[in-house]
Amino acid sequence: MPIEKLVSEHFSNPEARKLAWYRSHGGYEGAGKALDEMTPQEVTDEVLHSNLRGLGGAGFPTGRKWAFVPRDTGKPIYLAVNADESEPGTFKDRYILEWDPHRLLEGIIICAYAVGIHTAYIYVRGEYVRPAEILQAAIDEAYREGVLGKRVLGQDFSLDVYLHRGAGAYICGEETGLLESLEGKKGWPRLKPPFPAVVGLFESPTVINNVETLAHLPKIMVNGSQWFAEIGCERNGGTRLFALSGSVKKPGVYELPLGSSLHELIYQHGGGILDDKALKAVIPGGASAAVLTQQETEIQLDFDSCIKAKSMLGSGAVIVMNEDVCMVKAAHNIMRFFAHESCGQCTPCREGTAWVYRILTRILEGNATPADIHYLLEIADNMSGTSICALSDGAAMSFRSYVKKFTSEFEYHIRHGKCDVNERL
Amino acid sequence: MPIITIDQQEVQVEAGSTVIQAAEKVGAYVPRYCYHPGLSIAGSCRMCLVEIENMPKLAIACHTQVQEGMQVLTQSDQVTHARRAMLEFLLVDHPLDCPVCDQAGECDLQNFYMEIGQYDSRFLEDKNKAKKATVIGPHVILDQERCILCTRCTRFCEEVSQTDELGVFNRGNRSAIDLYPGRTLDNPYSGNVIDICPVGALTEREFRFQCRVWYLRQQNSICTGCSRGCNVSIHYNDSRPYKAGGKRVQRLKPRFNPEVNSWWICDEGRFGYEFIDQNRIEVPYRRVGGKLEAAAWSDVVEEVSTALKTALEKFGPQGIGIIASPQLSNEELHLIHKLFGELMGIEGIGYHNPWEPEGLHDDFLMRADKNPNRRGAEEMGFTKDSLSLLEKAASGEIKVLYIFQHNFQEEAKKLLTQVEYVIFQGSNWTDTADCCDIVIPSTTHAEEEGTFTNFEGRIQHFDQVFLPLSESKNGIEIMTLLAEHMNYEWPYFGPDDAFLEWQGKSYQELNDFGDLI
Repeated sequence: MPIEKLVSEHFSNPEARKLAWYRSHGGYEGAGKALDEMTPQEVTDEVLHSNLRGLGGAGFPTGRKWAFVPRDTGKPIYLAVNADESEPGTFKDRYILEWDPHRLLEGIIICAYAVGIHTAYIYVRGEYVRPAEILQAAIDEAYREGVLGKRVLGQDFSLDVYLHRGAGAYICGEETGLLESLEGKKGWPRLKPPFPAVVGLFESPTVINNVETLAHLPKIMVNGSQWFAEIGCERNGGTRLFALSGSVKKPGVYELPLGSSLHELIYQHGGGILDDKALKAVIPGGASAAVLTQQETEIQLDFDSCIKAKSMLGSGAVIVMNEDVCMVKAAHNIMRFFAHESCGQCTPCREGTAWVYRILTRILEGNATPADIHYLLEIADNMSGTSICALSDGAAMSFRSYVKKFTSEFEYHIRHGKCDVNERL
Repeated sequence: MPIITIDQQEVQVEAGSTVIQAAEKVGAYVPRYCYHPGLSIAGSCRMCLVEIENMPKLAIACHTQVQEGMQVLTQSDQVTHARRAMLEFLLVDHPLDCPVCDQAGECDLQNFYMEIGQYDSRFLEDKNKAKKATVIGPHVILDQERCILCTRCTRFCEEVSQTDELGVFNRGNRSAIDLYPGRTLDNPYSGNVIDICPVGALTEREFRFQCRVWYLRQQNSICTGCSRGCNVSIHYNDSRPYKAGGKRVQRLKPRFNPEVNSWWICDEGRFGYEFIDQNRIEVPYRRVGGKLEAAAWSDVVEEVSTALKTALEKFGPQGIGIIASPQLSNEELHLIHKLFGELMGIEGIGYHNPWEPEGLHDDFLMRADKNPNRRGAEEMGFTKDSLSLLEKAASGEIKVLYIFQHNFQEEAKKLLTQVEYVIFQGSNWTDTADCCDIVIPSTTHAEEEGTFTNFEGRIQHFDQVFLPLSESKNGIEIMTLLAEHMNYEWPYFGPDDAFLEWQGKSYQELNDFGDLI
């Protein structure tokens, strides 16, 4: 059965960036239908029943997120679109921004209409220069053609969309860090409660949705929630984009229904392991997710199955490692990232990430003691559940999994001051 | 008002208050770095994690609001474990240079570590290097290595002084507090960041290497820098007189009073204590052959009371002029009024300096009137007309003029040199004292007990901090000596007697935060 492409159908077609082409291929039909025929509540209900979940990483049901927003505060409601895609291994939103920007804008219109939003900000990762240019051109065209602005699609509904570029900080992809950054401040995540749905951007109720999440909305409007829910699996509606990278023959972005098997992604779509080596480990959802050993890779790609496997589907960034990969180096690489990107606001993350990175460096340099393994696990515990945002938890989940699941490799490094993987080569 | 249970103790607290506030009510002190009651909640140090029933993980007490029936544990094993973990994290990049750190002895990093720290270090890596001993303003030195990034200082500059000099730069463990480019920490309240810094990152330039804090003792006092009457503690060292040239007062710290100054004081007040140990009049003087010469107390008391008595007999009360001072305590003013006004019948009792310029002031704490007790003098009925008293004295109408504490401007000199007989009583040498015939050494407020009435009419008590310097005596004692020498009935043995007569109550009956008149 051919796999239906919901958000990736226009990838690699430059024509799709143009409003006229997008429209002549069914574009803005979903938004048109929502604005013409449905009430905001009906739109929200449709999304709720579709089992669409936040595809930025947390997997929170999108319809429920919208329902939390209070409508009677007398303040405007804002939409912040999270396009600060920076989880290592993740490059799926970039494809949407680059190849199908109008699908995102259409999704924004639908969300805005459902929640009563008249101002949306798209926070684009600083390094995404080209995607930002393409998206801005699409926004400009949409304004010119009356798709955005005072009368959206000719209807009595106004919506302004602003593109805001980040300055290169991973933490600004954390939703409240993003809000701080949008307000012009240092991207330090906020204390919760209050949650952004109630007190968000400029102290007003705010919806924060990921690019891919919003890009799914047009088709849900056109085809209905039941159609979408049936594509996925239980409580995980529709498809999602998987960014496949690492030791595979054909890395890239693949759209699969939620609930597809990891092996299908790696072996059918990714063409199998690079150089036909043995599979050693897989990160199923970006650097913050716990690594899965070869034995654990018989897994379904949906939010709930990954949580059951004590990892997470996260941003859908699947990183494959074959038998040549040293897990100490892998952990070291990942912790260099987290130590560099920790915002420095709260103690366990600021100090923990940098400390762990230094311990791993010592292990790689052959200056470690057996006690270091114990320290690493204890530091992971102390970094979990004690911080303001999830960066610390993610970092701890990640390096703990390497130490616990590949202890012998760490021990070998400590004992012999070198890598047993290279030894075998 | 919700009732919650903290460490098995039930307590009723106001709705909307936080767990850390509720804990304080039952006497359970939750360790904290970033939390300060006068600043917004940062929630970043993670030191105040507590266990709350039915919550999936530990919660920070500074940010979590109380809810009816909440069960909080501030001392459980899980909590202690988390605190120990946070302390270990905080020491990861801390230089541990306590032996050369002024904060040692009053450092919350030391204090909490002594209580619950993990003593065997597991940290084997190289520590982060950062800027040390950097002067960032007229009063403050920054040491970035000691900083634990609690951001109390940046929040103070943002929210209280509203001057925004300090920020956090960079991220991760390279994060550092620093000045924004081109700025200096020179706002009039800059010293407060030293007090609120829980570690040795921000220390005082004036106090730098002057004294280890465990040699200091402290006593409650009131700032005499202006008419606000900020509550302060005087930190002094009288056990090592060979240090700092015998200087006793080492520093001033603000003392919490929600009605007056909250947690803060201005720099002018904080660093305005030098007069207590400097340029003091240590013994009585009298003019002999045109020059002031040291004299015995008994001789001076004899001479002054005789001069007063004689003038009263020869010229009547209008032959004597008194210029008290808005820097004197209520008790001193009361007895001056008693002796000169009631007993001697003198009507010309002034108090103010007619040439006094307006001082630095703002809409926060600093008042233009730099006298701690002008309101007290006014309430006591002293006249404002010191200028006419000086003029009358210069013209010979007043034969004996008794001036307290003042340092008049140049204009006064011309008048004073024409007066027949001028007595000066004060704590410090001034140009005014220099041209008087008798100089009586009185104490500063730090050497006596009393009260000041601040500009809004709040009577506030201050303690005697240490003994009078050298031969100086407090104003109560001096009035007593004169009154007894002149054979007046005089039932006052100390400031408390004067206060009781004036206010009809004792010091013990005065509220901690002062009483409005």
